Amino acid sequence: MTEPSARVVPTCFQELILTLQDYWARQGCLILQPFDMEMGAGTFHTATTLRALGPRPWYAAYVQPSRRPGDGRYGDNPMRLQHYYQFQAILKPSPTDILERYLGSLEAIGIDTSLHDIRFVEDDWESPTLGAWGLGWEVWCDGSEISQFTYFQQVGGIDVDLVSGEITYGLERLAMYLFDKKSIYDLPFNRTDSEVPLTYGDVFLQNEREQSAYNFEHADTDMLFRHFADAEKECGRLIERRLPLPAYEQCIKASHTFNLLDARGVISVTERQSYILRVRDLAKACCETWLATQTAKKAA
Amino acid sequence: MAEFLLELLSEEIPARMQTRAAEDLQRLVCDGLKGAGLDFGSARTFATPRRLALVVDGLPATRADVSEERRGPRVGAPDQAIQGFLKGAGLASLDLAEKRDTGRGEFWFAVIAKKGGPTAEVLPGIIEAAMKALPWPKSMRWGSGTMSWVRPLHSIIALFDGKVLPGEVSPGGDMMPVRFGATTRGHRFLSKGAIEVAGFNDYVARLRAAHVVLDPAERKQIILAGAEKACAAAQVTLRSDEALLEEVAGLVEWPVPMLGTIDGQFMDVPPEVLTVSMKSHQRYFSTARNDGTFANRFVVVANNVARDGGATIVGGNERVLRSRLSDAKFFWDQDRKLTLEERLPRLRDIVFHARLGTQADRVTRLEILAEKIVPHVPGADLAQAILAAHLSKADLVTGMVGEFPELQGVMGRYYALEEKLPAAVAEAIGDHYAPAGPSDRCPSAPVSIAVALADKLDALVSFWSIGEKPTGSRDPYALRRASLGVIRIVVENRIRLPLGKFFEADDLMAFFADRLKVQMREKGVRHDVVDAVFALGGEDDLVRLLARVEAVQSFLATEAGRNLLTAYGRAANIVRAEERKDKTLSARIAGAPDEALMEQNEEKAVYAALAAVEQRVGPALASEDFAGAMAALADLRAPIDALFDKVTVNVSDKPDLRLNRLKLLNQIRATMDKVADFSRIEG
Repeated sequence: MTEPSARVVPTCFQELILTLQDYWARQGCLILQPFDMEMGAGTFHTATTLRALGPRPWYAAYVQPSRRPGDGRYGDNPMRLQHYYQFQAILKPSPTDILERYLGSLEAIGIDTSLHDIRFVEDDWESPTLGAWGLGWEVWCDGSEISQFTYFQQVGGIDVDLVSGEITYGLERLAMYLFDKKSIYDLPFNRTDSEVPLTYGDVFLQNEREQSAYNFEHADTDMLFRHFADAEKECGRLIERRLPLPAYEQCIKASHTFNLLDARGVISVTERQSYILRVRDLAKACCETWLATQTAKKAA
Repeated sequence: MAEFLLELLSEEIPARMQTRAAEDLQRLVCDGLKGAGLDFGSARTFATPRRLALVVDGLPATRADVSEERRGPRVGAPDQAIQGFLKGAGLASLDLAEKRDTGRGEFWFAVIAKKGGPTAEVLPGIIEAAMKALPWPKSMRWGSGTMSWVRPLHSIIALFDGKVLPGEVSPGGDMMPVRFGATTRGHRFLSKGAIEVAGFNDYVARLRAAHVVLDPAERKQIILAGAEKACAAAQVTLRSDEALLEEVAGLVEWPVPMLGTIDGQFMDVPPEVLTVSMKSHQRYFSTARNDGTFANRFVVVANNVARDGGATIVGGNERVLRSRLSDAKFFWDQDRKLTLEERLPRLRDIVFHARLGTQADRVTRLEILAEKIVPHVPGADLAQAILAAHLSKADLVTGMVGEFPELQGVMGRYYALEEKLPAAVAEAIGDHYAPAGPSDRCPSAPVSIAVALADKLDALVSFWSIGEKPTGSRDPYALRRASLGVIRIVVENRIRLPLGKFFEADDLMAFFADRLKVQMREKGVRHDVVDAVFALGGEDDLVRLLARVEAVQSFLATEAGRNLLTAYGRAANIVRAEERKDKTLSARIAGAPDEALMEQNEEKAVYAALAAVEQRVGPALASEDFAGAMAALADLRAPIDALFDKVTVNVSDKPDLRLNRLKLLNQIRATMDKVADFSRIEG
């Protein structure tokens, strides 16, 4: 049973996070912390990719900083970032009332469904690098995409035992919608009546400028190519040692390194596909090795 | 007579799948009913974003006993066949089968009696079988289950004659079965709790009260009427878009069309961009002012009756549109900072096809082709055509086309106009993908024609050269469309293009011929006439080829034409019959007949007529006066009729005379075949 929340409707970015954490905690989710490595989306967190596999139930929610080097705009574009936050909830196996629970989270963050138009628009999700796909929707609020909802069918090329319902909120976009801001940088990070009120721009604008310069101009591509090769090799070695968790971290590293190289424009169109396939092979091997540990434990 | 009502309630079904799924459900259930020997009145299905519903009227409450006969193998057939028959018919031994003489021998027959009984007993099985067989384009599992459906299934109404049918569908795993019942849910936000229904009419009424319009046709009608009314009040008109209407009707259970306003700062962005952005990202309808130009209002269809009358929804949609159009305007402003020429180097990074190089390579080929085509297009300026080909693909590396691929060409045209390039060049860039289908407009300006032809001929020749030819079911590079495009451009603009100069492969010409035949058949041209002209071979000028087809067809519509065809048939039949008897004959009658051997005036008259006709047909064909050639042929009719009346060809006692007469008949055939292969015309 869920307990009533003491939380009030959020008025700033951090309250949005707190409210979602509180809400999903009351739905029985573990509240985990971000994975401490660079990754392109919350799905890469072991709490989703690996835990989606195997026969054990798993409810978890967490914020994941997500890095997409190619999306950097030097802080000039009010709606695009190379570093942003996703809030992710994963419920495995997906409960029958998962959509109602999701709609409850919208009410919790202040979206009144008697005033707004909420729609579930077909959007099938696929991650070529993770060898994962699922069916679901983009959720629209008055025409704005505020979440992604996916029922995982395959991860690492493996059919899942139990289907996870995965809900991803793009926090900045959602906050812009909730707090009616035209620029990400104008979002209140904490309450405007705080002792030290700060905006998203106060916290991250400089980071966007510098990281964009790094991503597009200064990243040492020779070094990155070496890092990719090293991570790929290390991942393979760890798979042989049947250590899927450290191996998977190398896979994440390879994936992010590829994204950086891609942003630097040093990977041609034809090479691109082969890099994606190389990462996918790593992810697949990690998932298979992880799954073996899960099944083995269950049998014991 | 009783009614059967079925509703399958699930989470949101993709709009594009709803119509087909409803049709499939109806087909599968109706097949099941027929298979169970049940007659019924009518069956109807409906789909909303969350439900498929089916109602069947006029079912009997009980099924009569039926007996089905099955014919087995011949009496005395091998044991394997007998066993198969027994197993299929559910018989334990041949003692239970009957021997019957069918007139073609004795066969085994099985008479399978099916007990009748309450209709309600067979319906659950029919529902389950239909659900198993329903072919969703993509389906999924959920929870711990193993069942596949388009999205998680929540409830099933299965009522027969007002009573719930026994049965359930189990998703598998640890999940609760979905039991057949009489309850459903209404609108996701405008209705609370379960709704119990007694029958179809009650179901429709209760759904309506719960803010669900069951019938998609009615939802469309509500959207159109509401949108038009809102537009009229704002003095604009709705731009109809049937595909969008269909999709939007599949996104809402309770449609509420509302009018929003496009921020004025975006109105200088090309209207095509605004329309595509609104449609593909937001599913908004665009509107037009009274003079037909793009208006600054849009129609959004909400799925909710908001307590503030929709002000928040409209405001939210206007806001999201602003951010969408900011992107579009950003691209429009950014893209114009570079000229199309300056963008060209980036085409080297875009692979057109792994074995056909990059888009830059493609552009080089288009320039060469355009140069070759221009001399055949009256009024086309060579420099302009080459420039247009040169820049035709540059918009592929603009931000706008990256975001909206469907605007390729359209944006190139705008950017070319912004650069003040010659209008003909801009139009050619904009037109060069056209026609994209039978209903698309066909380029008609000379430079556009040249570049549009180059684009399609390059695709055909290039893919042909690497063996990527279309097959019956697979045409991934849309080469059929490319060839139909060439045909339309050439024929509609009467371009005298010798296609043979552009490709070496014979089978590519044959591919064109097939497309042309299909197209002409669709236009009502007789296929045998088309065949007769195509059989001549060696013709690569489609305009000339069609002129000839038309002339032959009109000739055959006249009495003279029909009679001459009959005469041709008689001549050909006699020659063919003799040729069959004597294999050496063909070679011996190939040449001209000898006038000195002719005995009767009718022979001489035909001979003279043939000579005269040949004199006229040759020049007429050379000057493409096909009507003239036909008129000349018409002169053959009277002498040939007289020949068949008075002259016996196969004079058995005079071999030389016979041979000469066969030569004469053969000559008739040869002369006429210069115009078309008349042997292919069906009488």
